[in-house]
Amino acid sequence: MGMVSVQQQKKIHPLKFIMWVAMASIVMMFAGLTSAYIIKSNQASWQEIKMPQLFWFSTGAILISSITIQMAVSSFKKGVLNKYRQLLGVTSVLGIVFVVLQLLGFQQLWDSGIQFRGVAGAGQFLYVVFGLHIVHVLGGIIALLIMAIQTIFFRTKTRTSISIEVAATYWHFVDLLWLYIIIFFLLIG
Amino acid sequence: MSNETILHGLETESHGEHHAHHETFISKYVFSQDHKTIGKQFLITGIVWAIIGGLFSVLFRLQLGFPEQTFPILETFFGKGAKGGVIQPEFYYALITIHGTVLVFFVLTAGLSGTFANLLIPLQIGARDMASPFLNMLSYWFFFLASIIMFSSLFVHTGPAAGGWTVYPPLSALGQAGDGSKIGMDLWLISMAFFIVSSLLGGLNYIATILNMRTKGMSMTKLPLTMWAILFTAILGVLSFPVLLSGAILLLFDRNLGTSFFLSDIVIGGEILPNEGGSAILFQHLFWFLGHPEVYIILLPAMGMVSEILSVNSRKPIFGYMAMIASLFSIAILAFLVWAHHMFVTGLNPFLGSFFVLLTLLIAVPSAIKVFNWLTTLWRGNIRFTPGMLFAIGFVSLFISGGLTGLFLGNSTIDIHLHDTKFVVAHFHIVMGVASMFGMFAGIYHWFPKMYGRYLNNTLGYIHFWITFLGAYLIFWPMHYEGLAGVPRRYLDLRGWHSFNKFEDLNKIITIVSIIVFAMQLMFVFNFFYSIFKGRKVRTPNPWDSNTLEWTTPINPGHGNWPGEIPEVHRWPYDYSKNGRSFIPQTEPIGPDETKDH
Repeated sequence: MGMVSVQQQKKIHPLKFIMWVAMASIVMMFAGLTSAYIIKSNQASWQEIKMPQLFWFSTGAILISSITIQMAVSSFKKGVLNKYRQLLGVTSVLGIVFVVLQLLGFQQLWDSGIQFRGVAGAGQFLYVVFGLHIVHVLGGIIALLIMAIQTIFFRTKTRTSISIEVAATYWHFVDLLWLYIIIFFLLIG
Repeated sequence: MSNETILHGLETESHGEHHAHHETFISKYVFSQDHKTIGKQFLITGIVWAIIGGLFSVLFRLQLGFPEQTFPILETFFGKGAKGGVIQPEFYYALITIHGTVLVFFVLTAGLSGTFANLLIPLQIGARDMASPFLNMLSYWFFFLASIIMFSSLFVHTGPAAGGWTVYPPLSALGQAGDGSKIGMDLWLISMAFFIVSSLLGGLNYIATILNMRTKGMSMTKLPLTMWAILFTAILGVLSFPVLLSGAILLLFDRNLGTSFFLSDIVIGGEILPNEGGSAILFQHLFWFLGHPEVYIILLPAMGMVSEILSVNSRKPIFGYMAMIASLFSIAILAFLVWAHHMFVTGLNPFLGSFFVLLTLLIAVPSAIKVFNWLTTLWRGNIRFTPGMLFAIGFVSLFISGGLTGLFLGNSTIDIHLHDTKFVVAHFHIVMGVASMFGMFAGIYHWFPKMYGRYLNNTLGYIHFWITFLGAYLIFWPMHYEGLAGVPRRYLDLRGWHSFNKFEDLNKIITIVSIIVFAMQLMFVFNFFYSIFKGRKVRTPNPWDSNTLEWTTPINPGHGNWPGEIPEVHRWPYDYSKNGRSFIPQTEPIGPDETKDH
């Protein structure tokens, strides 16, 4: 066994580490946006909004999906591939449900008159911040779908659980990120 | 899952990579995952951009030095931008905007960090490649894509972005503000979005590789200072670029969807815009939250490489290794806390401003520690004046000169007078632009043998150094006086101000010197490409008698770097002139009667 690998034993896997740093980076982007929100909300012509109820349902969907992906991790570790594949599917579907509910929420807001032209209040920030969060969720869904397809081809004996662990970490992260965002908008907005 | 499974996977991967014989031209030179090739790709793309960015500066210097003359040849090349052989205002702004953007991001971020982080991290920490060679390859290709888009923006009908490299709204947010705010600005934003993705992918990899992939024995305190500097650079990048991205996204909304994040109460071309309540200053906060760390993203890798090159060529241990790390750390922290010193005249609350003054001036402390340590490393050293060493010493000189004027600008009361004058241009070019460029040159001359197995031509190297060094001072030193007298930056023509007439001759001299210095860079580029193919061949794996691991690889290392096992590390990298020996490589175990480390 090479020396790199000997050294590896004490340390976190590099790909997991990359994911942690990436999450810190993503946090900075949302911190930038929410800081901008705070500054902007103290200035002239700021407009508040009433949060559509739909966002509570989407919150439920993404919270449940965190549980299902964790179950997927443990089925993988137990080697129950069928269940693993199904749970990946369920998680992806919940992710898609989340995205759809978010978009429906946007539709409600839009119809209530919160649009783009000439203004920048809580509603416009909401479109940007929630929208960017959706992009991150979509990235996660694509990753899960790729992994689900991969299960058709791979031999379990030689596989490591790195991919699913990294994906699960990311999924929990977008979940927590969502909680941060929604709480932020409720408390500050 | 057991650790064993992962280990097995990694082992197979690195083993497999090292013995991959069937590489095609495409996989070896184009879509390569070898960190050394990716480093060279960053370097060569960076060089192309440096030529373009440098040429642009010569063009606008022509205008500033000889505003009354016409250069018909310019019209041949640039059409209506140089109508009648005179650089037109819109074209002038495009030139300075692209010059700034290209030099700051494409040359001194991608060209410098991208090159040396990729080339040196695995080689100096003892790894076969980066944590994720694939992401690393993507990092280059996103940069390439960003480059292509920025390059094509030079040729669009309305010209490239012209609102300054800081792209402040409203100029950047309103297409009707001018030609340079039209499609060129869109392309600028798209290009920068790809550039940010490239930087983030690179940065994630650099951090994960340095922290996780070090060879046996390579504890953090045995790392060469270059590695420490690159680590802090990468951390700055991954934490600050996303904030710029958030600002850019809001800007895109304002620009394309009509929101008012940054726009308010604007009448343009007789039309009253509906935007209300936006804050242009908010964009400045988001921009400079990246913008200031960006200064150190540019500077820190140069500092790291200079520390290394000074020590190797003084044949002395670096003075104050731990103090060097601590000062890098403090600079990295302070980098996040000083952004508003770019905004003292925006109506910033003076009380708040005083905090930013204090924090800004505090940077002088770690900077002074670094300078002291570099000078002390040189002190009574057995100095070898290689071109790389000269550029490293040049870096220290420029960093001192430029750093001192930072003390003036960091003071908000003096900044009220000096803001947006040539004094600022002189300051940041010397301390950050030219100094980092010197760090980059030092790195290229020093590590060229590792990159290509050949040396750069020394004579050309000496000529390159001396003319560039003297030229840099001749160009930028006088600008301080112009700035003190109130000469504004970004102005196309100063003939309308009687009081600035006295600088006419000075401006001519500056322009002539910049043409000469630019010609010298072309000579360097010739030296670079000529030496890749025809340079003197390297005969020994360790041409500089250096301690670090990269010189324990073969002269032309393959993918995987070491043909056998990765060597184990036993000591810090700076055991020069110790126990009567010129150098003791990091791989040599500590002797029984030897004092351990530093």
